[in-house]
Amino acid sequence: MSNPYAKLPGWAEYGLIPLINLIVAFLVAGLVVLLVGENPLNAAYHMINGAFGRGEYIGFTLYYATTFIFTGLSVAVAFHAGLFNIGSEGQAYIGGIGVALACLWLDRIAPWYVVFPLAILGSAFFGALWAFLPGWLQARRGSHIVITTIMFNFIASSVMIYLLTRVLKPMGSMAPQTRTFAEGGQLPKLDWLLSIFGMNIGTAPFNISFLLALLAAFGVWVLIWRTRFGYEMRTMGHSPGAARYAGISEARITIIVMMLSGALAGMMALNPIMGEQFRMQLDFVQGAGFVGIAVALMGRSHPAGIIPAAILFGMLYQGGAEIAFEMPAISRDMIVIIQGLVILFAGALENMFRPAISRLLARRRSSSLAPQPQNSGA
Amino acid sequence: MHGTAIELKGIEKSFGSVRANRNINLAVQKGTIHGIIGENGAGKSTLMSILYGFYQADSGEILVDGKPVTIRDTNAAIGHGIGMVHQHFMLVENFTVLENIMLGAEDSQILNTSISKARAELKRLEREYALEVNPDALIEDLPVGLQQRVEILKSLYRKADILILDEPTGVLTPPEADHLFRILGRLRDEGKTVILITHKLREIMAITDNVSVMRRGEMVATRKTSETSVEELAELMVGRRVLLRVDKTPAVPGAVKMTVANLTVRDSRGVTMVDNVSLTLRAGEIVGIAGVAGNGQSELLEAMSGIRKAASGTVSLNGSTVDVTGVADPAELRKRGLAHVPEDRHHVGLVLKFEESENFILGYHRDQRYLNGPFLNVDAIRKDAADKISQYDIRPADTRLKTANFSGGNQQKIVLAREMERNPDVLIIGQPTRGVDVGAIEFIHRRIVEMRDAGKAVLLVSVELDEIRALSDRILVMFAGRVVGERSSDATEQELGLLMAGVEADQSPKERTAP
Repeated sequence: MSNPYAKLPGWAEYGLIPLINLIVAFLVAGLVVLLVGENPLNAAYHMINGAFGRGEYIGFTLYYATTFIFTGLSVAVAFHAGLFNIGSEGQAYIGGIGVALACLWLDRIAPWYVVFPLAILGSAFFGALWAFLPGWLQARRGSHIVITTIMFNFIASSVMIYLLTRVLKPMGSMAPQTRTFAEGGQLPKLDWLLSIFGMNIGTAPFNISFLLALLAAFGVWVLIWRTRFGYEMRTMGHSPGAARYAGISEARITIIVMMLSGALAGMMALNPIMGEQFRMQLDFVQGAGFVGIAVALMGRSHPAGIIPAAILFGMLYQGGAEIAFEMPAISRDMIVIIQGLVILFAGALENMFRPAISRLLARRRSSSLAPQPQNSGA
Repeated sequence: MHGTAIELKGIEKSFGSVRANRNINLAVQKGTIHGIIGENGAGKSTLMSILYGFYQADSGEILVDGKPVTIRDTNAAIGHGIGMVHQHFMLVENFTVLENIMLGAEDSQILNTSISKARAELKRLEREYALEVNPDALIEDLPVGLQQRVEILKSLYRKADILILDEPTGVLTPPEADHLFRILGRLRDEGKTVILITHKLREIMAITDNVSVMRRGEMVATRKTSETSVEELAELMVGRRVLLRVDKTPAVPGAVKMTVANLTVRDSRGVTMVDNVSLTLRAGEIVGIAGVAGNGQSELLEAMSGIRKAASGTVSLNGSTVDVTGVADPAELRKRGLAHVPEDRHHVGLVLKFEESENFILGYHRDQRYLNGPFLNVDAIRKDAADKISQYDIRPADTRLKTANFSGGNQQKIVLAREMERNPDVLIIGQPTRGVDVGAIEFIHRRIVEMRDAGKAVLLVSVELDEIRALSDRILVMFAGRVVGERSSDATEQELGLLMAGVEADQSPKERTAP
């Protein structure tokens, strides 16, 4: 058919197309670097080296990736039910409350392995709570989730400013943050994991919430493809008409899926709060919720795609910081431009090269293939 | 008339890996009606789109009046005297007939002169071809049959000598279709050439001079209509012998399985779509609902199966009432013995992006045999799918293939297998063979009759009158949301046709019940 979205073989769909998108993004980024008067090959070297050159760099890359796996999964879960959750940013931010409460309560009297499970539950609870409201509003009142989740990001931001300047800030401190947690509020690093490969983690905050992220990715896969609930949410995501026909309650799915999505976003807060800073600071999410949208798009909403996509964005964050450090002409803002280009080509323009590729593949096979009955006739 | 109006030589057209037209050769004689027949997906529409300039052929030659031409776009086609009446009309609803006919063919920037000229020309055309229509009527006020007439006039106004009609009778009642055929005959007598694309054999036999049969992108035969038969054409279309009649014994109606009383359904704007409909379904009986599409049949099915809320009325299933005005849950109705094959399999009956096996549990996914606690029992689901695939001969036999990649007939078999194998007491079927190839139609009809013989109550809704007449034991006719008559299965087509057009034959034939 003339349909440019025709089915492609798996290797082209999940390998070739993302790869081409990525290469084009980097080529355009290279042009931008040229424009600034720097050598793009040099920049590429610093990017790769800065992200993977040493054990410490890899530790940082994977630390960022951990964050993006959580937010990417959050966006992906909602996608499968046909919901576009733009509120992972705010849900992660509010999720931090749960982490901070668990740590502030128990960090001095309990070891990390007691605090951590409570912090997980707390972050998931607060994240889910923040997503429940937009979910409920869409299911019962028809307010569109895209609009409400954006608004809830702003509300979350204001709530957190209030909490961190009035409620959670220790007396006498000037900084809008909680007190620093004692040992019970600090997650162990994964230095042993890197040392298996003979690498030294250095100062990188790569911690065990990475393992939790991998576990969550597996859990999401099971949920979506192996449970009755996952079946119902996919049915609704692909075809609301079929969902109604099958007796699936749209309102119920919408609310539960949003809460699951919010819980995953909320768990992101574990990584920076318990894994790096050991306190909750203002603005600790730093846009990770929005990067999650790009990660989910690039990973095709599949956990097996989201993990590499998250690592790619981790690389951009870590390697980008190195470029800015090594090449002063390239400022921090330039790095944002490069990241933006990757999001643009991998996310927004993900189908740009698809028609050409599907034509190419079709031409290669057409001589040997007989026409199949398709709905091209009368 | 002599000579060929249109000749196609070696036309090839591929979409991606699909060769929609393969080495097509066709000669259409001047002043004849030439039928092109074939199953869905045989490549008829593609071929005509090439002729009308929507697509370019990959290779091959088009000759008009014996001269080779290139048709790059529709304007070029019109320039060569080729006009097309599409299946879905290309009319501006809130323009008048005259404005629609002029649209795109104005003489100058100043409309006034064009209007008076067009009005005169339209008068002449009406006289010449007996195509009366009020030039100042708004399109949206005209019945479908007249809208189609406007489409024909549009082509004639553009001086078309060759007229292509794509599935023209799909939206017409039988009397309207007969009228259309009289018009086409008149056009032929005046020297025009008509190409009629259809999948209905009856129409080919009734009106055409010659007929060409397409199958899987190829032109497999061209015959003089007078020298062929319905059986031969059907065999050419499908590539094997097909049984066109449905063999069935007289019905033995048993106990009442479902009753609908005074059911009224309104759409979201408050317009009454189903108006006080009552009916009874008995075990071992097929009740057919005939009617032109859009007269409330779809809404009736949706309300009966719990997808759509009814405004008022009562429904009882297996002796207990169903709350159709409140929260009628399709899942609950299924549990109580109702199976529903919806009219729209693409958006309702199937999830096209699902693997085939996943579609076999749609609506039954809460059934314990497909589950392990909250988890799907994937092995059981695939095993169940494989059983149904072999039982219903669904091709390709691949439980993991995406449903969108199956042909219409095989997709419909997936839905039927799912709903019929549940052993329901009541089976509601909407448009069982829409977009389904002839080979599969035969199979589907046989299965429906088998369900009846197994003592199920079957409600059948179809816009194909032939299908209704072939399968039903009792026929209800719907018009403007109401059941306007009930007939036995031996009712004549004329009788049903009048009812479908809203003429109540029971009362005075002149009294119309609606616009």
